[in-house]
Amino acid sequence: MTWGARTWAWLLIGGPLAVFSLWALVDNTRLYVVTLLNGLTLASLYFIVASGFTLVFGLMRNVNLAHGSLYLLGGYVGFFVAEKTGFWVLALAAGFLAAALAGLLLQVLVLRHMQGQDLRQTMVTIGLSIVVADLLLWAFTAQVHQMEAPEWLQGPIRNLPLIKAYSAYRLSLLGFGVVIGVFLWWLLTRTTVGAMIRAGVDDRQMLAASGVNVNFVFAMTFMLGAGLAGLGGVIGAVELSMVPGEDTRLLLASLIVVIVGGMGSVVGAAVGAVILGLAETYGLAYAPTYSVVFTFVILILVLAFRPRGILGKPA
Amino acid sequence: MKMKKRIWIRSMVAAAAATALTGMAWAQGAPVKIGVLATLEGPFAAGGADGMRGAELAIKQRGGVVAGRRIEMVRASSNANPDVAVNAVRKLVEQDKVDIVVGPLSGGEGIAVKDYSRSQPNMTFINGGSGAQATTLQNPSPNFFRFNTEGAQWMVGLGKAAMDKGYKRVMVIAEDYAFPYSQVQGFMSEFCRLGGRVPSKAWVPLGGKDYSSVIARIPKDVDALLVVLGGADAVNFLNQYEAAGGDKPLMGGSITVSQDVLNYRGKRRDSLVGTISAGPYADSFDGADWRAFVADYQKNYPVSAGGYPSPSLFALVYYTNMKAALDALDAVKGDLSGGQARYRDALSKLELRMPTGTVRLDGNRQAIGTTFVTEVVKDSRGELTTRVLRKVDNVDQMLGMKREEFQMGSRDVPACP
Amino acid sequence: MSAAQWRRAMNGGLRASSSADAARLTARAAPSRATTLGVAAASDPYAGSGAPRWLKFFWRTLSPRHVFTLALLLVFPWLATPFLTFQVAAQALLLGTIALSLTFLGGYGGMVSLAQMSVAGMSGYALAIFGSSSTPISLGWPWWLAVIVALVIATACATVIGWLSVRTEGIYTIMITLAFGVAFYYLVLQNYTVFNGFQGFQRVYPPEVLGLNWREPVPFYFLCLFWAMAAYLAVKWLVRTPFGIALQGVRDNPRRMAALGFDVVAHRVAAYAVAGLMAAVGGVLLVWYNGLITPGSVNTGWQINILVIAVLGGMRHPIGAFLGAIIFVLLQTFAIDLIDRERFNLVIGVVFLAIVLFSPDGLLGLWAKLRSRFGSNQTVTSLQRRH
Repeated sequence: MTWGARTWAWLLIGGPLAVFSLWALVDNTRLYVVTLLNGLTLASLYFIVASGFTLVFGLMRNVNLAHGSLYLLGGYVGFFVAEKTGFWVLALAAGFLAAALAGLLLQVLVLRHMQGQDLRQTMVTIGLSIVVADLLLWAFTAQVHQMEAPEWLQGPIRNLPLIKAYSAYRLSLLGFGVVIGVFLWWLLTRTTVGAMIRAGVDDRQMLAASGVNVNFVFAMTFMLGAGLAGLGGVIGAVELSMVPGEDTRLLLASLIVVIVGGMGSVVGAAVGAVILGLAETYGLAYAPTYSVVFTFVILILVLAFRPRGILGKPA
Repeated sequence: MKMKKRIWIRSMVAAAAATALTGMAWAQGAPVKIGVLATLEGPFAAGGADGMRGAELAIKQRGGVVAGRRIEMVRASSNANPDVAVNAVRKLVEQDKVDIVVGPLSGGEGIAVKDYSRSQPNMTFINGGSGAQATTLQNPSPNFFRFNTEGAQWMVGLGKAAMDKGYKRVMVIAEDYAFPYSQVQGFMSEFCRLGGRVPSKAWVPLGGKDYSSVIARIPKDVDALLVVLGGADAVNFLNQYEAAGGDKPLMGGSITVSQDVLNYRGKRRDSLVGTISAGPYADSFDGADWRAFVADYQKNYPVSAGGYPSPSLFALVYYTNMKAALDALDAVKGDLSGGQARYRDALSKLELRMPTGTVRLDGNRQAIGTTFVTEVVKDSRGELTTRVLRKVDNVDQMLGMKREEFQMGSRDVPACP
Repeated sequence: MSAAQWRRAMNGGLRASSSADAARLTARAAPSRATTLGVAAASDPYAGSGAPRWLKFFWRTLSPRHVFTLALLLVFPWLATPFLTFQVAAQALLLGTIALSLTFLGGYGGMVSLAQMSVAGMSGYALAIFGSSSTPISLGWPWWLAVIVALVIATACATVIGWLSVRTEGIYTIMITLAFGVAFYYLVLQNYTVFNGFQGFQRVYPPEVLGLNWREPVPFYFLCLFWAMAAYLAVKWLVRTPFGIALQGVRDNPRRMAALGFDVVAHRVAAYAVAGLMAAVGGVLLVWYNGLITPGSVNTGWQINILVIAVLGGMRHPIGAFLGAIIFVLLQTFAIDLIDRERFNLVIGVVFLAIVLFSPDGLLGLWAKLRSRFGSNQTVTSLQRRH
């Protein structure tokens, strides 16, 4: 886009948003600020789940539509570990490991043999997600599992300026998101493995040609990506509860985040997550009837005019 | 001589036995096939399974036989989608050739099955659990019967209880579809008439779990919140509400104050004491029939075999409708001939004795029954449980209003800001 | 060479040589379309006979297999119960029509679109809104007008969806079309003034025409059969026209086609429009079959189901859509008798997974593999390698 066109695009999108923000701030400041916080915290959850998806697609061009099932699996495993041991941190670790293991099996047994066949991978992972969702339904029944936040995160933080009180757990979500974001940044930019991953995203064949065990790197990346989904599952189980159907919801959310932000870019995932999170919460607060339609319209518009996403790399 | 006599005696015995057997078979008559449709997949899968248990219980109580005929139960499943429900019912009727259909479970399915029933005038359709107002209020079908009260009828009495507690301004938080509309209409028609005000209603899109935006919109000057969410969603809401620092008292819809909510372990547990709600039954109801029903359910479906600790709403409504089907069969002595006309006549006139009282049908074949207003209390062990505040009998679908005043519930109706 | 020049060359060639040469030219121009129909590249056995051209065409293209299938389809209602005719056969035919639109778009156009069921839903909703139903919103126009308006609206929406999706590829196309579908679902779920929200429209029935109630099993079956065959034949004809061949070229290598002077975007959008029309016809039949339309008819589950049907049968040949539909409907109807209906999703998922893992081209691919393994003297059908 030329400089002039870019300015116009910013004005077209930014203008109405600025007008709306001004009106909302004047109308009910507390609602606006609380909604902003709600949006950012929801965005953190989406970021954690979507970053795994974007790593996997960006590096290996593996379309893993079973990502939502990994989220659900991690959540259920974490729920039961928390129940048995009472330690939430153990539950987090268990959820991460369970999903990472499942992801590893998926990559090694199934997806490795279909390298390059995008459509086939899509179909296979769709089929797997249907099967896994039903198996989980069988094992855990359709009962809703609500996990409790750990003691030290329960309850509101009081006496905040303007908004008076806010959920401690939701604020911690923000913390989690930031920590994981920083960790991923450090992994990708400051470690050898990260350099290999980034090199692989740019040119897989050169990476193999320079003597790196590509299969090993792929497996590790897939494990990390899947594990992040499972971790997201445990975190989300507290805030949003575990129920069959969450897998589809989180998968759709991850897809929107990754496509809006750009596949293969962790920063893009963060941008996409913020856009989606804010759109959803502001929609629910100010126009609840059509809030979901609204979020999907954003996806459609981005795909129509920037098919690679906002920060996406060309194939 | 002796040989001949022996043969003769033996053959007489054989003949007598044969006559007795065939005579018995002839007296038993052909089995009566009853098709039961419930949502065994999808969002209401757990409820559907319990509904099947309720229907089976009604059959078991009669030993599997009604009016000398053996009962054969044919199961069918749907997933709360009306088109899937109609396909399942069509299979029951045309392929499995059942005599009576009991079902479906969810509101949207009920309307679709009712429309289908018009195309099969010689079959009888009895509701399972569906509670949409429109099923019997708009275009009622002459062969669709509903022996359970519906969503709006379940809230009769709650409005007065709210005023008695001093709640004059109430905010409504409910999911955005037909069943909560009818529940809110049932509450508001009484509440507004008594002078109450509902300044704000928040309709959460179906399946939404993030109540943070709704919580942020709660006005400061309401006295209480009417929460019409499923039990598990209600716990979600409670957690988020507590975490956000909210402290207003709650009122519950019929499916809100369930075991999940009563087992709530959050810090604000004690604030749940005093929550009022209304519905077609109450766990703590002291009636003899109710206690017998609960005991029977617990004996046949212990928790180890997958049953709930106490029968759920779905078990009760399926049991009620199946019992009606069987009682009417008894009344016509199993005679389903003549396009089942006598049977349907018996159904219309049936005075059904079910666990919470007696049920009659009105002109649209909709039940007139009993509603309970309940309150959450703490028992001697410090556990939360419910007690019956008030029992309202003879609640009909017009909710005691005149036909001209009555308006079916929707997003904006009724309104008294 | 532009499409017009190619067309001229083809037509000139047809006039100059015999029909056999034309067949050879067609076969060479589209080598990957070597069909199992037996359109022989060899000499035409009917060249010398004096029969009219259309009869020779039938003799050439039809084999006993086709005649047998057609006869079976025509006689079916009298062989089977009304239930099987209506709930199994007619439903399979109309679902197959909708899946066929996906097969056309995905198999021949290279664009897998999950929005086909939504397009069918748009057509169904438009029919319910403009036609007659038990909801006051319906306008009650005459049935033929309502049907035409429904088809036009749905095709227009499909064109818009196509225009917005045309720059995407592969997984992105799947995503954007899925997003359209989900957005449409929530739109019809939440809006009460036009779409009547959660309740939808009830009692939307086909009209009584020529003294027949078209919702009776036998007339409705023949209605579905007619449109299914029309769609099938249309696809088969379309893929051999210059447009169809160019579309397959665009599927295989868009850059080369663009370099050759073809308008890639126009071809793709036109493909979406054609597929949209097919799905719209399927949608009208769907709403008449169900007698109602609600948000539940267009939810994510159904979008995936149509994909499952298309992939199950195989996207290489139009008949695959109908094969997949028959299996799907049979499983859906009779699964509860065989296994727990609660595990229906598991069964469908496992079957789908097995087929995709072992035979990416669905049942047709499986059939082709078996034939090449066990059959003798078979023309080996070429399997497309899509990257």
